[in-house]
Amino acid sequence: MDLLEYQGKQVFARHGVPVPSGRHAQTVDEAASAADDIGYPCVIKAQVQIGGRGKAGGIKLANNHDEAREHAGAILGMDIRGLTVHELWVEGASQIESEYYASVVFDRSAKAPLVMLSTKGGMDIEEVADSDPEAIARLHVDPLLGFQEFQGRRLAFEARVDADVVRPVGAMLARLYDVFVTEEATLVEVNPLIVTPERDVRALDAKVTLDDNSLFRHPDNAELRDPSAEDPQERMAKERGLTFVKLDGNIGILGNGAGLVMSTLDVVALAGGSPANFLDAGGGSKAEAITSAVEVILSNPNVKAVLFNIFGGITRCDEVARGLIEAFDQIKPTVPFVVRLDGTNDVEGRALLAEANLPNVFTASTMDEAAAKVVELAEA
Amino acid sequence: MSILVDGSTKLVVSGITGREGTFHSLRNREYGTQVVGGVTPGKGGQDVEGIPVFNTFHDAVGSTGANTAMIFVPPRFAADSILEAEDAGISLIIAITEGIPAHDELRTYTKIKQGGRSRLIGPNCPGILSPGKANVGIIPAAFFKQGNVGVVSRSGTLTYQIGNVLAQSGFGNSTIVGIGGDPVPGTDFIDVIGLFQNDPETELIVMCGEIGGDNEERAAEFIADKVTKPVVAYIAGFTAPPGKTMGHAGAIVSGSRGTAKAKAEALEGKGVRVGRTPTEVAEIAVSLLGATA
Repeated sequence: MDLLEYQGKQVFARHGVPVPSGRHAQTVDEAASAADDIGYPCVIKAQVQIGGRGKAGGIKLANNHDEAREHAGAILGMDIRGLTVHELWVEGASQIESEYYASVVFDRSAKAPLVMLSTKGGMDIEEVADSDPEAIARLHVDPLLGFQEFQGRRLAFEARVDADVVRPVGAMLARLYDVFVTEEATLVEVNPLIVTPERDVRALDAKVTLDDNSLFRHPDNAELRDPSAEDPQERMAKERGLTFVKLDGNIGILGNGAGLVMSTLDVVALAGGSPANFLDAGGGSKAEAITSAVEVILSNPNVKAVLFNIFGGITRCDEVARGLIEAFDQIKPTVPFVVRLDGTNDVEGRALLAEANLPNVFTASTMDEAAAKVVELAEA
Repeated sequence: MSILVDGSTKLVVSGITGREGTFHSLRNREYGTQVVGGVTPGKGGQDVEGIPVFNTFHDAVGSTGANTAMIFVPPRFAADSILEAEDAGISLIIAITEGIPAHDELRTYTKIKQGGRSRLIGPNCPGILSPGKANVGIIPAAFFKQGNVGVVSRSGTLTYQIGNVLAQSGFGNSTIVGIGGDPVPGTDFIDVIGLFQNDPETELIVMCGEIGGDNEERAAEFIADKVTKPVVAYIAGFTAPPGKTMGHAGAIVSGSRGTAKAKAEALEGKGVRVGRTPTEVAEIAVSLLGATA
């Protein structure tokens, strides 16, 4: 789960990471009153999870009450690369003398947390990594030992931060590591980390990704929402316990097992089709789960045909067939289905489908044949 | 021969008294695996269809000489159970559980690696099957027969798909190893491919990768340096959009990293044949085996 900037900053503040003081707002009135309380100049920032907010006009400086109202009005409802702005963060404007970059990431390759620090802040760090890798100081942390003070000093010296801020920057890294572990994040990133003319060190932005699998231990975090990023179809699937990702094509896909579903999307694309979704019905799915999944797939009006690709292991093909028959009974789909059933109880499953003689349902004996057929039907 | 599990496997199952744990423990025993015990705290002294249940892994190892553990408990208890199995001296720990928090996996992985006496397979994996010898996990054994193709995969059902096409062409498997779809697998492609390289029964290796991480890229380097047996690869997720988790917690393209295209290119760059579909993987394997037969 990716947090919005203001949610990340609130998490930072709880862990003693210095951030500019600010307030959350959802209306022009709320934003203007927050600005009056914080004082001018202040910054009105669109809360959406996408880079380039500033360039798109989603971050504006307000020098007085009227400007705060004007900017808040312009930014709320604005579309930034496909995301609608529903929320604002209003914070005191910061004087910036230097911009650094700091992060703690879950390094899958080394299977250890990686802490990074650079004096080249305020720009795309992937670009810095490509063009000037020496400019980024990096250290892995032993997760059983935690982040050590010497590591903070070492990173600060290696990154060549100004000598007078070596200690506060090291301390900030230790606190960011604390956020990473305590909140069970997979990414904690500050870009830019600024040094003010008073030589204070602050996090001017916050990018935090939390591990979804750990949310049961963090009920407060589990409540955090991003209204601009929630797709109604994805929410519907989530409520039904289905693993679902919306895509932009017209062929609905249902399979069992993440790898097989990914592979099904690829095989459909190779056959010239375009998948409308990823849907993993999971291991051991019962008939009701299948019926409920069909409903989610068909709630997307772009879907012109649906492919079921099942290789039964724990999942039983007869349960899948029953679920599909039930879905036809309840939803009465108007688009064609192609069904490929193999594995546990496949003979029984195919027999059930043959007996039910559902309108517009085609069976295929292999994955490749099924993909070719569904592409043909979607184009018809 | 085969790798990791065989007739000498003595399995103890954590979570044996749960519904799924009971079902699969009995299925594994029916297949011929020696299931010597189970662990459920507080249920020591009971039995599951004749399989004795112990309160701790230490009791189970002491009484039965178990050398392999299967973890079937829910995510919030799984890391603790893995660490207990390691502490009791079990050398092979197979974690089926899906949904273990990433930081739990990180600590568990680090502890096991630093301890140096246990190997962890998974989590979030279907287990290991050596056809005709032993089955530990949830792989539907009926689709596979004994043979000379070693399979290592991040995905369960995709493995069944490829194994099935191979079986229809008359080829069986030495061992099938599911390393799991999580971001911190206890065992990587490299480890398993190395074991297959040293296994006399294995003549060809199939690896099934997917988007996310750089495990496949590192396997490509390893194969070029250390592996003399033919390797055929498959990568799932060419159509996956960046930033979206495709079912498996580890299956995510982050920015420009972890794409299927980059992985296929890394493997092909080192001379590994990559099939574009599961069927094509099986076809390439069959043609290579035909040539060596």
